[in-house]
Amino acid sequence: MKPVAAIVFKDIVIEMRSKESLSSTTMFGVLVLVIFNFAFEPSSLERALIAPGTLWVAISFAAILGLNRSLAMETDNDCLQGLLLAPLSRGDIYLGKVASNFTFMIIAELVILPVFVIFNNLKFNVQFLEIAAIAALATLAIASVGTILSTISANTRMKEVMLPVLQIPLTVPVVIAAVDATGRVLTGETAEISSWLYLLAGFSIVYLTVSYLVFEFAVEE
Amino acid sequence: MANTLALESEDIRKTFGHFIALSGLTLSVKRGEFLTLFGRNGAGKTTFLKIAATLVRPTHGKLRIEGIDIHQEPERVRRHIGFLSHNTYLYRDLNPVENLRFFGRLYGMPDSEDRIQKLLERVGLERRASDPTRAFSRGLHQRLGLARVMLHDPSVMLLDEPYTGLDANAVEMLNQMLDEAVAQGKTVVLTTHDLEQGLRAATRAAIIDRGKIVFAGDAKDPGIREAYGQYVRMGVPR
Amino acid sequence: MRSKVLAVLSLATMIPTLYMIFFYAPTEVTMGNIQRIFYFHVPLATGGYVSAFLLFVGSLMFLLKHDLKWDRFGACAAELGVVFVSAQIVTGMIWAKPVWGIWWTFDARLTLQLVLDLIFIAYFMLRAYLPDREKRAKLSSVFGLLGMVDVPFNYFAIYMFPTQHPQPVLGPAGGGVDPEMGTTLTISFIAFGFLYAYLLDRRLAIAKVEEEIDYLKQVVFAHE
Repeated sequence: MKPVAAIVFKDIVIEMRSKESLSSTTMFGVLVLVIFNFAFEPSSLERALIAPGTLWVAISFAAILGLNRSLAMETDNDCLQGLLLAPLSRGDIYLGKVASNFTFMIIAELVILPVFVIFNNLKFNVQFLEIAAIAALATLAIASVGTILSTISANTRMKEVMLPVLQIPLTVPVVIAAVDATGRVLTGETAEISSWLYLLAGFSIVYLTVSYLVFEFAVEE
Repeated sequence: MANTLALESEDIRKTFGHFIALSGLTLSVKRGEFLTLFGRNGAGKTTFLKIAATLVRPTHGKLRIEGIDIHQEPERVRRHIGFLSHNTYLYRDLNPVENLRFFGRLYGMPDSEDRIQKLLERVGLERRASDPTRAFSRGLHQRLGLARVMLHDPSVMLLDEPYTGLDANAVEMLNQMLDEAVAQGKTVVLTTHDLEQGLRAATRAAIIDRGKIVFAGDAKDPGIREAYGQYVRMGVPR
Repeated sequence: MRSKVLAVLSLATMIPTLYMIFFYAPTEVTMGNIQRIFYFHVPLATGGYVSAFLLFVGSLMFLLKHDLKWDRFGACAAELGVVFVSAQIVTGMIWAKPVWGIWWTFDARLTLQLVLDLIFIAYFMLRAYLPDREKRAKLSSVFGLLGMVDVPFNYFAIYMFPTQHPQPVLGPAGGGVDPEMGTTLTISFIAFGFLYAYLLDRRLAIAKVEEEIDYLKQVVFAHE
């Protein structure tokens, strides 16, 4: 477990130094929310229908940006090889990067979510906490599959451009679950949320396990 | 211990699709030996070192480092290995101390501060210890790379073309550290196509061509110079 | 030989299938003749899922065995997947226009098939941008595995949405169909099964030749 923590800590130190990843992903997420307000101009009635969608488009696009940055850091100067030379399994490297990607995405969401609440004139009450809980689970799901996909895309000639092509189709179930669960929180029909949460948790567990096992094929020459 | 072999490879083969990088490489290196592998680009030297460092999986064959099978216990093998190539694998946004501290943690060395200080002094970077390495020259990068390789006190050093791109100062430092490593009884395997640098401290030398060992002998034996000369002129020596 | 047998079998079953679809099967009462597209649509859909399963098998086996033949197997199955799923989506749209009055809606089943198609296409885009043969095999197998693991999640996620698509008529929840319709569908399944096997067999043979050509090209270039 210690090397996993070391990877997260290292990424945090690098981010504090360079301030590249968080500022750009957060700004991007907020901008997507702003753009959607121009694009739809929802009245207060339609807001509950459209708002969850805008939130999750913002978060999943911002995530793609952050995932690319996170991996670019490792491929710059071939640092990934340094990790591969260390006495930890390929799977642990994967878990370390998932943990660090998850942490950064959550930090970005700490800004994006309140902005979302303000833009949509929602309240900072128990609803907000429920949305935050959904966001945490969905973020884990996105980080689990996004970390290995960003490693794959970094190997292609298109590099960063390839990641959305691979990631968007695979995260369709996550986005559907997150959008519908968020919508239900906003409309107060919270009865069926638990099955969405199970789906998100199941998705994370399955992808964490499969990726842990096959990560070596994604990083080795 | 009965087993005095630091590196032992049996019929290592590696193909990339149809391209054959290694075609049955068998080699053993005793503890404390300094072996230099010569060969032109694409001969398979780098692939062999990467296989020994567990970075590349062989298509066929067995390899043991300090008696440990690379396939069965790669993590334990990595503890014994120090691998240096012309890439330093260092994070440009971290300073030398942070870089070494990170690698120290990966190797499970929580109290590495003293050792880091000593190593930085050793490579002459103690004054730049808190500057991000982004601003470093290639030579400084390489010195820090050397410190990274030595950090976990590996018993087998694998060096892939370490002289490439080094300034005179860094070459001097690398040679000193290699001499020290040999004095401490470490095993060194080095690849190069520079005959003089390669033979400087070597005890044994071998030539690899098209994925096979085509010549092996004592480094002090003039035979290696002859064979290498022939190899450079007309390919595989007879 | 095997390929010839499969070719003959698919031709020999496809002709009676076409006859049965257009002449033997009764006209559906509410939808009329357009319902006959269902005998193409359902086997095509099944072919899509079979492809997904075969891509999963091919990817997994390549990662376990490191034999390029499994990578070719996965890639060929995925190609058939694109063909079958796309054809299925098109037949569905042709059916939906007169029956629902629209070409497309983001209904559960349509979305599911579209996402499956997109994953297959993403798989090929990935392959196209990996020039090194071994890397292409390794990374696309990882993606193929991750992509096919996604299919059941997609299924659950999309099915928890209310849907417009007709519920399956066969199976425990369905009301069953007219026996003549049932026979036609069964024969159609057999014909499409042979067609699928024939196409996969041919495609695998071509893929093998393609690889040989790549190799020979390399050899020729190396000697120049």
